[in-house]
Amino acid sequence: MSRRAAFLEGMRRAPSTGAVVLICSFVGYGALVHEAGLSVVQAVAVALFVWALPGQVVLVTEMAAGAPLWSAAISVTLTSVRLMPLVVVLMPIVRGERTGKLHQILLVHFCAITIWIESMQRLPRLPRAERIPYYWGFCFVLVSTNLVATVVGFQLAATLGLVLAAGLLFLTPLYFVLSILRTSSSAADRLALWFGLAMGPPVFLVLPGFELVLSGLVGGVAAYLIGRMRRRRA
Amino acid sequence: MTGGEGYGWLVMLFVAGTLATDFWRVLGVFASLRVNEGSEIFLFARAVSTALVAALIARIVCFPPGTLADAPLLLRLAAFGSGLAVYYAARRSMLSGIIAGEAVLVVGFAVYVNL
Repeated sequence: MSRRAAFLEGMRRAPSTGAVVLICSFVGYGALVHEAGLSVVQAVAVALFVWALPGQVVLVTEMAAGAPLWSAAISVTLTSVRLMPLVVVLMPIVRGERTGKLHQILLVHFCAITIWIESMQRLPRLPRAERIPYYWGFCFVLVSTNLVATVVGFQLAATLGLVLAAGLLFLTPLYFVLSILRTSSSAADRLALWFGLAMGPPVFLVLPGFELVLSGLVGGVAAYLIGRMRRRRA
Repeated sequence: MTGGEGYGWLVMLFVAGTLATDFWRVLGVFASLRVNEGSEIFLFARAVSTALVAALIARIVCFPPGTLADAPLLLRLAAFGSGLAVYYAARRSMLSGIIAGEAVLVVGFAVYVNL
């Protein structure tokens, strides 16, 4: 298969259950940006230049609250730590023998959970020369569709009735919690999920603005330590 | 900074958005040349970021933005719980979980509004 054919094949094979779920959650994200009081341009720009839904939602929330730059940067960067292990696992599969550093950096900007899951399933079956064009074809369709979904969600939030607009907003927490469960591979991951869920609301009441960083650090460290003790004993 | 007046948000987007996120992706590219996935630092980082996103989830459910706040807390919790329950019941199908959670919320809210 030529590189061009591999690109087209990646585009053609982009629709999947994961893609449908992602589109739904980008519609929800667009609605969330609308409710936060930001513009549709900001909604699309944040989606394209962050391309990781949890980071997008955190950034938009911080922007709407008028949070200082450092606070927003810390919160977003703490949500994005999870991307690093994904990239570490993905890169040896995607890159060719002579793929330049800059090209690799561009490639991984679009590596978030959905594209990662699909790539891990599909790319290993392809000859190495076809993997990057296939990946770009796949990313092209997924990214452009979801930017449209963002605009659609933003507009829908403005026009839909109360009940359906609430339904759109509810897509974000549902998608996040299920994708964490879907990709959690250890007891520590699942503990971190329950600790974070339990800590978020009370910390928000006591120290609003610090609930994400504080719950992430305290809940995450506790989950990691408990997970480590269990592994030692096993 | 709200509402999109001025260009200050572009600085926010670049520094707190792209740099804050792509820092880890680029680090991943370089680490992929030597570190393996099971190392302790990764397990630690995964746990912290999972707990942070979980706190965000709980905050959106308990203190939601916009129109979602008009749905009663009990209904939001019930919808969230049924999403999780159906996800497991349907052999870990995300789509089923999302549809179930959404159905409970939207139908429940519609009934509540019309009471």
